[in-house]
Amino acid sequence: MNILATQQNSENYILDESDRKIISVTQTGLPLTLHPYNDVAEQTGLDVNEVISRMKNMTDQGIIRRSGVVPNHYKLGFKSNGMSVWHVQEEKITQSGEKVGALDFVSHCYQRPQFLPEWPYNLFAMVHGKTHDEVHEKVKKIADLLAGDNLAHQVLFSTRILKKTGLRI
Amino acid sequence: MNLHEHDKKIINQLQGGFPICENPWKELEKTLEIPADEIISRIKKMKSEGVISRFGPMYHAEKMGGGLTLAAMKVDKERYDEVTEIVNSFSEVAHNYEREHELSMWFVIATELPQQVQQVIDKIEQKTGINVYNMPKLQEFFLGLKFEI
Repeated sequence: MNILATQQNSENYILDESDRKIISVTQTGLPLTLHPYNDVAEQTGLDVNEVISRMKNMTDQGIIRRSGVVPNHYKLGFKSNGMSVWHVQEEKITQSGEKVGALDFVSHCYQRPQFLPEWPYNLFAMVHGKTHDEVHEKVKKIADLLAGDNLAHQVLFSTRILKKTGLRI
Repeated sequence: MNLHEHDKKIINQLQGGFPICENPWKELEKTLEIPADEIISRIKKMKSEGVISRFGPMYHAEKMGGGLTLAAMKVDKERYDEVTEIVNSFSEVAHNYEREHELSMWFVIATELPQQVQQVIDKIEQKTGINVYNMPKLQEFFLGLKFEI
């Protein structure tokens, strides 16, 4: 199957009732037991092999981004969280995003709309570090990497978490 | 926070993926060289301590038919607490952060249907009288998801 066909499928993938049951049981997490998928099977009334094949399929389709543990950066000592925003030349945006997204200290990297003239930044990269200085050093690395394709950038540090719900989708 | 060598191994390995099969721990036992019951109890402990915020699949909101966006507002210091209360009162607001910038409030809106995002934004604008900058992602760049610790 070629890549285009795969992408098209994932856009059009329709979740059926059994998929939705699995999602509803697992969206807050998997049970920490010896056989977590058997437990999901029990809770959904589906066969364990069906749970596994459906979850694999949803992973292939991109409905499940990934499965595993999500560490809390803050608790691990990454107390500084900087949202770096970049004004990248439009025609270089994909190339730049791919370069920045591949860096191991960047946890999220997206293209977002500009609000000209006051907000020209179209590329967002979340940078975590133990201190603000460490984040600044990492942002400098991004700036070096983007070089002339970067027209302007800023780092917005978070000063307070105002709300954080358990559900992560 | 001091983590045991095994905790670090578990985090580093499991950020990359948890197997979808009947005996997921068996595979991990081999890779990590840690017994399954120890891996499970360490994950449980780290979860209860908040070191791990989540264990399991992460779903893609838009592909599930939902709406998702990042929104920002310019909120003055004098009104900050009041506006925080209004914004947080929406169940669709999943995360909300104060940031050092004129655009001082940044939050994620997640809705069941895509068209509900604009409805939530309209309501927040009505209730606060403050303009909401709607910044949905236009393109996502792949994340290896890593954080070696």
